[in-house]
Amino acid sequence: MSAELISANHAAALATILAARANRTARGFGSGVYPITPQTESIERICEETFEKGHVVRVESEHSAMAVCMGFSLGGLRAFTASSSNGLAYMAENVFAAAFYRLPIVMMAVNRTLGPPWNIWVDHGDTLALRDAGWIQLYCEDNQEVADSVLAAFRIAEDRRVLLPAMVCQDAFILSHTMMMTDLPPQAEVDAFLPPLDLPHRVTARPLVVGGLDPPRETEVHRRQHQEAMNAVFEVHEEVRGEFKRVFGRELPPAIVPYRLDDAETIFVSMGTTAATVRQVVDAARARGEKVGSLRIRMFRPFPEALLRAAFAGRKRIAVLDRDLSPGLGGIVFSEVRGLADPGALVQNYMIGLGGGDVRAEHIERILADVRARERAGAPEFVEVGG
Amino acid sequence: MKTLQTFEPEPALGGLAHTPADRPEPILRAGNTNCGGCGMSIGWQLLSRAVADRPVQLVIPASCSIVTAGTYPFSAYGAPIVASTFASAAAVASGLAHAARLNGEKTRVLCWAGDGGTYDIGFATISAAAERNEDILFICYDNEIYGNTGGQRSSATPQNAWTTTTPGGKDVPKKDLLGIMAAHRIPYTASVSMAHLDDAHRKLEHALATPGFRFLHLLAPCPTGWKSEPAESVSLVRMAVDSGLYAVYEVFDGNRVRINIDPTMSDSALERYIASQGRFRKGHADLKALRGEIDASWRELRARAGWASEEATR
Ligand SMILES: Cc1ncc(C[n+]2csc(CCOP(=O)(O)OP(=O)(O)O)c2C)c(N)n1
Ligand code: SF4
Ligand SMILES: [Mg+2]
Repeated sequence: MSAELISANHAAALATILAARANRTARGFGSGVYPITPQTESIERICEETFEKGHVVRVESEHSAMAVCMGFSLGGLRAFTASSSNGLAYMAENVFAAAFYRLPIVMMAVNRTLGPPWNIWVDHGDTLALRDAGWIQLYCEDNQEVADSVLAAFRIAEDRRVLLPAMVCQDAFILSHTMMMTDLPPQAEVDAFLPPLDLPHRVTARPLVVGGLDPPRETEVHRRQHQEAMNAVFEVHEEVRGEFKRVFGRELPPAIVPYRLDDAETIFVSMGTTAATVRQVVDAARARGEKVGSLRIRMFRPFPEALLRAAFAGRKRIAVLDRDLSPGLGGIVFSEVRGLADPGALVQNYMIGLGGGDVRAEHIERILADVRARERAGAPEFVEVGG
Repeated sequence: MKTLQTFEPEPALGGLAHTPADRPEPILRAGNTNCGGCGMSIGWQLLSRAVADRPVQLVIPASCSIVTAGTYPFSAYGAPIVASTFASAAAVASGLAHAARLNGEKTRVLCWAGDGGTYDIGFATISAAAERNEDILFICYDNEIYGNTGGQRSSATPQNAWTTTTPGGKDVPKKDLLGIMAAHRIPYTASVSMAHLDDAHRKLEHALATPGFRFLHLLAPCPTGWKSEPAESVSLVRMAVDSGLYAVYEVFDGNRVRINIDPTMSDSALERYIASQGRFRKGHADLKALRGEIDASWRELRARAGWASEEATR
């Protein structure tokens, strides 16, 4: 393995190029690409690459980027695209369609604030708005995890028990434009990790309508199958983690990532890079003798309900940090996890780092003090961190 | 029981609708639910014959013609079909066409879209695929309305036509899509008349064989939306051609224009065309103004084709 000092965008592109090559003995690779800050570097790097069996289409919109990927995938190719923020919103119709066609497309999504007003910094609201689109969603914490998750996403998505598209999400600028030492495996190892894609429902010469009309009865069946495929992801993800370790000699993080959770009475729940800051605060609190821990949700779809419920058991206070807002509700992560705590546990929601504000340890300390002092949970709190 | 493999020439269209010379089964199978006299159905039969035994994959966006397929798991189509989102046919087809090329397959990838999916919501996607010169044959069957959603106006709806969203008749003329597509300088652009079978067949064959982005426009009467007699669909197209309203021509590489039918510019054909359709009754079609517009567009077309002006030849 060779470690390089690269951005997460660069890491995602290199991982994609390796995955693309790994399908050269099968039907090849295809990508439909369209730029948007802060994702653009990843597609530029893919456009610089010459594939022995692959093609990149420079389309006129994100809607078409996903449509071209659907065409590639329906033709049996391994397919990839990347987007962010308003690009994802514009693409939305075809994001749903890709999942309904059950196509194992992988998309790298850089989490960025939706606009207007325009803001290019991190916010998870863009991909969370697509949480019901039927895609696997993985949220990463560092550049290595972005690269590794792209490789793993292809393997999970293409598994016969799954056949669903997968989104690898990473925080705008904090990861997308920040260089970190990142290991990219050699091609031979990726070839060993990623079997050639043989899509069972590839469009051939057989008369068949893909995506035609579904009466209610058929939709009931198709939706149930979609749910079953999602449920299979937990097991497949664990198998893939095992394979990942065996082939690359490195750990792929689990669906939920615990930190000093053992006897913790107060825990933080967060996604993406916020968790790194939370860990600093956990260490400081532990040094003070406080029983504090952290849980990072890496897999948001399928939703790891059973794992979270087990991890929440016995916790008295849970601070859920959302870098997103569903206006009129509060945090989206909060709304999904709140019901999994023990009866009587205090679960409080904090909106922090909306629009890409710099979340620092002092802000998390303030939240810790607040959640520990509370007698009961209240309305979602907005924690302002400024620029 | 008769097996599906034995076909007898259909009397419709002088046996052209389906004969043993066609592909083993028609692209549009019997028993579909299209309205009687549907121009789109006739278009499928023309395409089926031209495709013959070529391997094809078709992308059909949301439209009447995807409802035609029937419900899962059945299919009224005898060819592989991808039902795409409304705007995305040309982009999905781009992916399929590259997949075939990368794997050395001879498959021809086609889009079959309505005017809504072509002139309106799909337009940016089609323009982009044409600019990239993707190896796709895009066929627009133009019924001049959103048929599937019950007959709303599109930018292909002619002026003065009644639709459910233009209850007083449409106030602006139809978009010149053929001109716009030709301006992309794609290898082949043509209008196809289902009343002129030899010309139609030749164009479909040429379009199927030519590499790169090809665009065919098919005027497709819709008795349901046009409030016309189902039996008159083909004659309506003939009237549109004879009157000069529907110009039948082809453009190679965006600059070589060839007029295929020199119309008689019949006023009576124009009158009958308008009078046979209920959609023009509420819209107060002004025949004199329409004639003026048709003549002007023909002067332009003749000039583009390098023909002497009508006045000079008469
Ligand atoms: C994004 C989106 N908007 C609207 C629709 C609803 N819709 C389905 S078909 C259609 C009209 C199709 O018109 P056209 O392309 O002319 O085909 P036709 O039905 O006339 O054959 C509309 C508006 C849709 N399916 N998707
Ligand atoms: S509504 Fe018109 S286009 Fe649609 S099936 Fe009926 S006749 Fe054909
Ligand atoms: Mg129409």
